[in-house]
Amino acid sequence: MSAALSTTLSAGFERPVFDAQAVFRCVMMAMARPGLIRTLTVAVKPPGRMAPAAAALALAMCDFESPVWLDDALAADPAVAEFLRFHTGAPIVADPRKASFAFLADGAEMPPLDCFALGSPEYPDRSTTLVIGVDWIDTESGWRLAGPGVNGQTRFSAGPLPHDFLGRLSDNRGLFPRGVDLVFVHGDRVAAIPRSTVVEK
Amino acid sequence: MNAPMTAGYNFAYLDEQTKRMIRRAILKAIAIPGYQVPFASREMPMPYGWGTGGVQVTAAVIGEHDVLKVIDQGSDDTTNAVSIRKFFARTAGVATTTSTADATVIQTRHRIPEAPLTEDQILVYQVPIPEPLRFLEPRETETRTMHALEEYGLMHVKLYEDIARHGHIATTYAYPVKVNGRYLMDASPTPKFDNPKMHLSPALQLFGAGREKRIYALPPYTQVVSLDFEDHPFEVNRFDKPCALCAAHGVYLDEVVLDDRGGRMFVCSDTDFCETRRAEGHRGEMLADTPADGGAA
Ligand SMILES: [Zn+2]
Repeated sequence: MSAALSTTLSAGFERPVFDAQAVFRCVMMAMARPGLIRTLTVAVKPPGRMAPAAAALALAMCDFESPVWLDDALAADPAVAEFLRFHTGAPIVADPRKASFAFLADGAEMPPLDCFALGSPEYPDRSTTLVIGVDWIDTESGWRLAGPGVNGQTRFSAGPLPHDFLGRLSDNRGLFPRGVDLVFVHGDRVAAIPRSTVVEK
Repeated sequence: MNAPMTAGYNFAYLDEQTKRMIRRAILKAIAIPGYQVPFASREMPMPYGWGTGGVQVTAAVIGEHDVLKVIDQGSDDTTNAVSIRKFFARTAGVATTTSTADATVIQTRHRIPEAPLTEDQILVYQVPIPEPLRFLEPRETETRTMHALEEYGLMHVKLYEDIARHGHIATTYAYPVKVNGRYLMDASPTPKFDNPKMHLSPALQLFGAGREKRIYALPPYTQVVSLDFEDHPFEVNRFDKPCALCAAHGVYLDEVVLDDRGGRMFVCSDTDFCETRRAEGHRGEMLADTPADGGAA
């Protein structure tokens, strides 16, 4: 590592083993309970426009076996790729279909969901998990979520996202068991919409 | 009680890279309920059949503040349960308990606790044979295609043959379920008595098969329906009498031989449940003749 890099590089976890476990549990429970917000108990100083929760998720979940794709907003800042390479060793890929995780800071400009790895009918797990930075998450109003992990029905919305995002989510649900899983991050908060969730207006 | 961690181990035994790989598999398993996610199962310091799949899932999930309970046939005191509990006390320094209510993570081999689980609990199953179609079709490529096409007719045929032969569905363990109307899943080797407890459970349920290298999951509040037929609906095992020790009705009972003259009694398979009820003052018909701590030995 160059001297210049070490002065700009954001720090990783303070207690790597325990922090990674705590972040994973938070993300796991977010995925298990679609639309419910979980708050990370681990503070990470993120690089550039990356949300703290997105950086924490990357540190906890990514390594050389999980290729990462960055949207234009994150790819434009070399500090993001440096942070990921240094702390996780994850390869950064240009092709979203090759990504295990995709990190996005600009949700409104995100590419269609079927640009990412959707898995195959035999191996639907070979798909991308999208980690989308948003400016707000609301569980008081918005879309109605139902399906596994939802006790009856719950409300959820987040943004900014593309105006036709609801349609994109329902197309994604239509591919089940193929499809992508979405994690929304805002500050140190995390909420998920896995492919199994039925989302309606 | 928290145990001091033995020096020289990774926390919860597994190295961090292995944990990340298992954790990624768990996220996919939760997102695709009932689908078997392949994972690179590691050698564990215990033989297959001792729950290496469940142990790896628990090791990937557990944290320093968790309280772990381990059961085998409903009992916390079998060799298998004790050794897994000690393993995590030693390698992760976590608190352990036999109380279902106090546990945050429960690893099990056969039973789902009788006491209702909560949203704050995770149930980890150690699974020997994760593929419900395996005994109908030995080839993995074929069963994968059957799952992909949702082609589950063979399983219905198998259950119907049960009916033709026995007049009812004779399968009592590893009874197949359909998860959220999509994947056929094996809850093996739990008794079918416990199938209804999986349905819409508030607890997250994770399944690990070490030898077969599979992880699958039921998120909380997931539809889990036991396969059946209109004229032969799914029924759980019924027991004629209540537990001989705590008088509980509607629970799973084990037969305990009392002497060599054919004396026997039926008692709760869930020892914590039975002991809790006895502590609350419930008395079964055999209690007077049994030592106070005489559970399902
Ligand atoms: Zn009892």
